Amino acid sequence: MNLDAALKTFITESRELLQDMEHALLRLTTEPGNDETINAIFRAAHTIKGSAGLFGLDFIVTFTHAAESVLDKVRDGEIAMDADLVGLFLSVCDHEQVLIGLAANYEIPDDEIQRASDSLIARLEGYLDKKPSPDEKFEPQTATVPMAADAHVEREESEIEVAANHWHLSLRFGPDVLKNGMDPLAFLRYLSTLGRIVHIVTLSDSMPPAAQMDPETCYLGFELALASDADKAAIEGAFEFVREDSQVRILPPRSKISEYKRLISELTSEEMLLGEILVRCGTLTQSELDAMLHHQAQAEGGGEQKPLLGEVLIEQNLVQPTVVDAAVAQQKKVKQSKTTENVSIRVDAHKLDQLINLIGELIIAGAGVNLFAEKAGVPELQEATSTLSRLVEEVRDSALTLRMVQIGETFNRFQRVVHDVSKDLGKDIRLVITGAETELDKTVVEKIGDPLTHLVRNSMDHGIEAADVRVARGKPAHGTLQLNAYHDAGSIVIEVSDDGGGLNREKILRKAIDRGLVKPDQALTDHEVYQLIFEPGFSTADQVSSLSGRGVGMDVVRRNIQALRGSIDLDTVEGAGTTIRVRLPLTLAIIDGFLVEVAGAAYVVPLDMVLECMELTNTDREIDGGYINLRGEVLPCIRLRELYDVEGTPPRRENVVVVQYGGNRAGFVVDRLLGEFQTVIKPLGKLFSLIKGVGGFTILGNGKVALVIDVPGVVRQVASQEARRSAIPVLAKA
Amino acid sequence: MIDTKETAGRIAPDGEMTIYTAAELKTRLLNALEERDELEVDLSGVSELDSAGLQLMVLLKREAGERGKNVRFVDHSQAVLDVLDLTDLGSVFGDPVLIRSQAA
Repeated sequence: MNLDAALKTFITESRELLQDMEHALLRLTTEPGNDETINAIFRAAHTIKGSAGLFGLDFIVTFTHAAESVLDKVRDGEIAMDADLVGLFLSVCDHEQVLIGLAANYEIPDDEIQRASDSLIARLEGYLDKKPSPDEKFEPQTATVPMAADAHVEREESEIEVAANHWHLSLRFGPDVLKNGMDPLAFLRYLSTLGRIVHIVTLSDSMPPAAQMDPETCYLGFELALASDADKAAIEGAFEFVREDSQVRILPPRSKISEYKRLISELTSEEMLLGEILVRCGTLTQSELDAMLHHQAQAEGGGEQKPLLGEVLIEQNLVQPTVVDAAVAQQKKVKQSKTTENVSIRVDAHKLDQLINLIGELIIAGAGVNLFAEKAGVPELQEATSTLSRLVEEVRDSALTLRMVQIGETFNRFQRVVHDVSKDLGKDIRLVITGAETELDKTVVEKIGDPLTHLVRNSMDHGIEAADVRVARGKPAHGTLQLNAYHDAGSIVIEVSDDGGGLNREKILRKAIDRGLVKPDQALTDHEVYQLIFEPGFSTADQVSSLSGRGVGMDVVRRNIQALRGSIDLDTVEGAGTTIRVRLPLTLAIIDGFLVEVAGAAYVVPLDMVLECMELTNTDREIDGGYINLRGEVLPCIRLRELYDVEGTPPRRENVVVVQYGGNRAGFVVDRLLGEFQTVIKPLGKLFSLIKGVGGFTILGNGKVALVIDVPGVVRQVASQEARRSAIPVLAKA
Repeated sequence: MIDTKETAGRIAPDGEMTIYTAAELKTRLLNALEERDELEVDLSGVSELDSAGLQLMVLLKREAGERGKNVRFVDHSQAVLDVLDLTDLGSVFGDPVLIRSQAA
């Protein structure tokens, strides 16, 4: 067996478990005492500890064990998970990630990390002060029955606790036991070989008065506590021969209930009946289950409402209610997750990228074939290539969806950020997430994390006011930060909104004038003023904090987003809040394009931004004002010839492609329209990266190069030209 | 078969107190109890004690109690002591027994 592969799986899964743990801990801050969540946290720690033991990662085992011990007490209700403990466990989570990182590199902790481990362990053990009193009959054990993975570890820690289990047996021997040649005492003796009878009560209350007492009839019953390492089957096996006539009830002690709950929850990927579940986990044995079903059937037959198996079990006192609940919950979960479980599969990201590259090449080759087919003019060939194109398109779409991931995962990471930053700032800020199911390309997701983090921190630091200021303004004391995502016209829009103080136009304008970014008498729309915050070195923060305010943030954010062929914008209302909107293309690689020609060269416009195209009328041609009349509306226009400074005169007949982006519309005037065209966008390379107005290039079927128009950039440019032209000049300030 | 030596106020079963002798013993013990207000049961000769035998002991104690009589089990044999240990009935009977060195 390849240990490396197994270790890699362990690392990946542990990291996921730690993420789940973190989310669960944060949930506890809003819903403390949620048992489901607490159990999830315990399970995560327990699984990591067990698996780490398999790989001999003792430093992880020791550390996790301390955490698990405290979590066990939280589960049992002995310790409350208050805010301090949540904070401690968040630190534990972080440190666990560090340790897992070490394990991934086959390293062991150095002194500093070991010190950190020890200090966290000491803090955890501070919660473990209370020791159970020795004369309690059913002592909850801190060590549970060793599983195969735990066994190695438990022995090493034998000086801390001893693995022991107290069973409770309730025996009512049938009256004919003695006549059948058996002796209850013999059973007791046998039990003593399986363990130690800690306590026994012999019951004889069913014995009738002397006159009726039959000396050969058994009237004895026993209630006893048995300390034993044996499992339920072994113990019940002792009563094999008297089971038919006697009542043998075996109850696991209280501490084992959590063990059973855990066992139940670890039974996965099969749909099981409740009874089977309990048999599997050892609370019931098969024969008990059969008796239950018989009883259930009888009740049904008697016209009573058929009690659910769980109820029957509890009524007959065979299973503790909590165990039954866990089993039912597990059954429900299994039923639900069955639909989703079989659907996902782990794929190496590189393989996916390779696949998409190949598909890109396939598309280009397909386009070439199409071209030749058209030239050749053979109808059957054209039909065949048309079918081929359609299939290639479908493959392309399929492959692209493989790379789509939900943004919810990224959003969820911000729970932790908001939690920590709120604490640092001393503000109470709640995070609301909507649109988590919105999907976007994997590479985009990876690159959007940092800019988003900066935006979130900004909102929290500068946007949302201190609690007293908020209350004075009539707002609730806690601030709300909202992360939202949705699709719009081939893009994904991510919004970071806060209900804070909004942007102060005056302050920004003043700062900009101070820094010489604008001239004092320059006429600026509100929108343009707000856009100034994206300029390098700009910050209206009075104080620089460790989080933000140094003025290096927003412009870097904008640059990063533009590097993703996206754009960033904002809306703000002073006193009410700010919304920052980031627009990103859904895919980076393959798009549907619309081909146009200018002066013999081909250009591509992303198809989902194209609204319509039409011929440029003669009347419009003559109006050289940079806009045309589109059914009564003004449409800012630009000749691509002029935009790209192409020499030559325009042909007699020109066409207009109306595009839209981010709520702005513009018209591109081109020579010829060449039709729809699938294309793979290839990046331009460093040499050309500073060219404005071009977002990439592609290779046509005929081998020629076509430039992809950076529609957002051009539209922005055209729109602002238009705005400036129509802005009312500001009266000179006195 | 079991012999019982009966002297005034004393009965000593000799042999096994098990299902095989239970029926007979029941009669003898109850009769012995019938005749006196105080009865001592000498268990030194009990070679084996099973549930049936144990039941009889319980029965006897109970009957005595109900009739306001006194029954004492004395000189428990090892077999009897073992069973009393196992079932923790020593204290229930309230008779003086040898304290064992290892607890149950």
